[in-house]
Order: sequence, then structure tokens, then C-alpha cells
Amino acid sequence: MSERLGCTPSQTVGPYLHIVLPWSDGPFVVPDGTSGSFWVTGRVFDGNGDPVTDGLVETWQADPDGRFDHPDDPRGATKPAIPGFRGFGRCATGTDGEFAILTVKPGPLPADDGRTEAPHLDVSVFARGLLNRVVTRMYFPDDVAANDADPVLASIDDPQLRSTLIAIPNDEGGLRFDIHLQGAHETAFFEL
Amino acid sequence: MTNLVLPNYPKLVGVHPDLDSPDYRGTTLRHPLRAPIDLPQRLTEVTGPLLGEGRLGAFDNDLTKQHDGEAQGQRIIVHGRVLDDGGKPLPATLIEIWQANAGGRYRHVVDNWPSPLDPNFTGLGRTLTDDAGRYQFTTVKPGAYPWRNNDNAWRPAHIHFSLFGRSFTQRLITQMYFPDDPLFFQDPIFNSVRDEKARQRLISRYDHSATIDHWALGFEFDIVLRGASSTPFESAEEDDDE
Ligand SMILES: [Fe+2]
Repeated sequence: MSERLGCTPSQTVGPYLHIVLPWSDGPFVVPDGTSGSFWVTGRVFDGNGDPVTDGLVETWQADPDGRFDHPDDPRGATKPAIPGFRGFGRCATGTDGEFAILTVKPGPLPADDGRTEAPHLDVSVFARGLLNRVVTRMYFPDDVAANDADPVLASIDDPQLRSTLIAIPNDEGGLRFDIHLQGAHETAFFEL
Repeated sequence: MTNLVLPNYPKLVGVHPDLDSPDYRGTTLRHPLRAPIDLPQRLTEVTGPLLGEGRLGAFDNDLTKQHDGEAQGQRIIVHGRVLDDGGKPLPATLIEIWQANAGGRYRHVVDNWPSPLDPNFTGLGRTLTDDAGRYQFTTVKPGAYPWRNNDNAWRPAHIHFSLFGRSFTQRLITQMYFPDDPLFFQDPIFNSVRDEKARQRLISRYDHSATIDHWALGFEFDIVLRGASSTPFESAEEDDDE
């Protein structure tokens, strides 16, 4: 292997990300009114349990058929069946640390060794005080068997830690996914 | 069995700052205490949003022309390439930037230090890289600004950069600095990158060949994202027939 270029280091997003990063359509992984869509809402907390009011949450996911409209999916880039499906969501946190993403449930994905990954969203959190993003995953509460067989969830022995990755149904027919950056309820974060 | 070939992005060692960097006080309650869990890169990680022209407005790459009058300050051209660490350019990738005005003031509700706003400057920019991974912005040089991290703390002049690359794994938000800034020594954010060589990669280069006579000073800033090597993996695939 010849020499690689040195990569550019990460720096914090700082407190002024709102100048450009929140888009008016940022929270809409699918257009408003899409059949089967629901809101994923949650709050981001710091190590004191105080809301993180100047953060940014981003999500990335497969379409409901478990496909990606992307050339690096070796099964072939596939246009999603849902018009306007973007796969990507972005929402700045508000005065209570809250965020909201309108989406549809992704399909399961083939993994190595013939295993299957349960439906999930990849989630990034950026904020003042975070010198790099932190990465987590959100899984779905009704996928009990699929979650048990998921290679990522199965790699986490501590049931309490594992449970931080599974969203909770809310009264509005959506899902709640709170993110704790630090402390007793700390979310499971991943190294990519 | 279908043979799936996924890109693999080797992990970076010693490039990014430690999330636990106590000199930057904002990290104290926000860095996770538990070591991160290893996440093998699978389909969700090696793909990512490919966001195109629809995200750009008319003057998004010229921050001096977004208002009726011209922005105040030293006009500059910031240009460079977005590459992966194998040297491969990343075409058509979205770059978003934001910055303070020439006096070091952000147009933002929580920035109210006594330096004036410029009615002709917002500090927002967006562009897509071209086929060779090149990008260019026209803007004004941002001023340094004070912050409350410690007594008499000033951020060196910088422009915030957000990049998607082509995969979730490549997503990067960083800051570009200017050469020879006297404030580097006291800035815990810049110095959170411990490796000297890596830290230098955050500093743009004065580029006389990009400077335009009687118009603007040129600065070059290349951004290098972690690159992929392809490795095959075996997968039982039920619906490979589309
Ligand atoms: Fe800044």
C-alpha cells in the first residue's frame, strides 16, 4: 500500500450551526402525508440530565424494501417505491432538547454470514461540546425476534445498554428515542 | 449465496480530537464516558445521502452577494478539493459552510458580543464539488471572536465546513483556519487535535495563484475524508432478482 493522505480532523459544530444546517425540509425523510409515515421524536440530554438545546440530530436508513438508491449498495442502486423518499433526516434540537423526524420503517438488511440486520436508523448527534459527532442506532420495539437476531444488538451483552438502542412507542402513534450523551442512562454509541 | 462486495473504510487513528478534552469546557458534560462499541460497516454505513443541485440557491457560493449591498471586510476566495485518503476526488458532494462576519460576529440569536452585525452578510454558504472534487467560495475573511471558555479566550478566525462525502461513514464537520493566526496557542478547540501534522491540516494555505488582482485574496483548503478499500463478504441473499 502506498502512502495515504492524512485525513482532515473533526471539529465541533459549535453553537451557531443554525445559520445553515437546519433545512426547512430537514425533518422529512419522506414527504408529509406519506402513507405509513410516523414521527420519531426524542430529546438529547447531557451528563447532568439537562437538555442539549443546541445540537443537531441526523438519521440515515434503507427504504421499506431494505434498499438504498446508492451506487455502493452491491445489490444495485434502487429507486425507492415511495415518491420523495430521501432516507436522510436532519433536525436541530429545540429549547427542551427535542427533535423530530418524519419517516417510514426501513426493511431488514442482509449481513455477512447469512445473518440479517433488523430494521434500524443510523443516527449522528452533533453539538457544541462534541468535538466529533457521536453515532448510535435506533431499532424498532415491535421487532422482538428480529432484534434478538440482529448482529449489532447481539454483540451488546448488557441488557440495559442494549435497550438504549430501541425506540419506545408513544401516544401519537410514533416512536420516542431519547439520547443521553453521558451518565447513568448513557446511550450506546458506536465507533465506525 | 450471493457475493456482496462492500467498501470498507479503515478506522482512523490519531486524527480526530478526543471527545473528552477538558480544556474545552463544553465537553465536560457532553462526552460519553463509556468507550464506543465497534460497529462493523454494513449497508447502512457504506451508503449515504447523495444530495444534489436542489439544495443550492443562486448566490450560495458567493457570501458577499446575498444582499442588496456588498459585505464589509477583506474579500477572499476559498477553494480546494474534497478527496478521500487514497487521493480519489469526491465529485458532486454537498459542502455547507457558516462563519462570522469580518468583525467576528455571527448572525445568530445567541451571539450578542459588542461587535456590529453587517446588514449585507449572513455567513451561510453551500456548494457542490465538480467532477474533479473541486469547490470554491467567495466570502470575506471572518474576524476572531471572544467566548466564555476561560478568561480572555478568543477563537482564531475560522470557517465551519460540513461535508457528506458519499457514505454515512465519511460524514465530517470541521473548521478551516487561516495561516499564521496568533490565537492558535490559546484555542482549546484547534488544539484538541493532538497530532501536530493532523492539526496543520485544519489550516488553509495562502494561494497567490488564486488571488485576483484588485479583487480578492486566495486561500486553498483541501479536505480529505477517510477512504474505502473494497473487500468481499458472503451473504445469503433472498431477493437478488430485481
Ligand atoms: Fe465558530
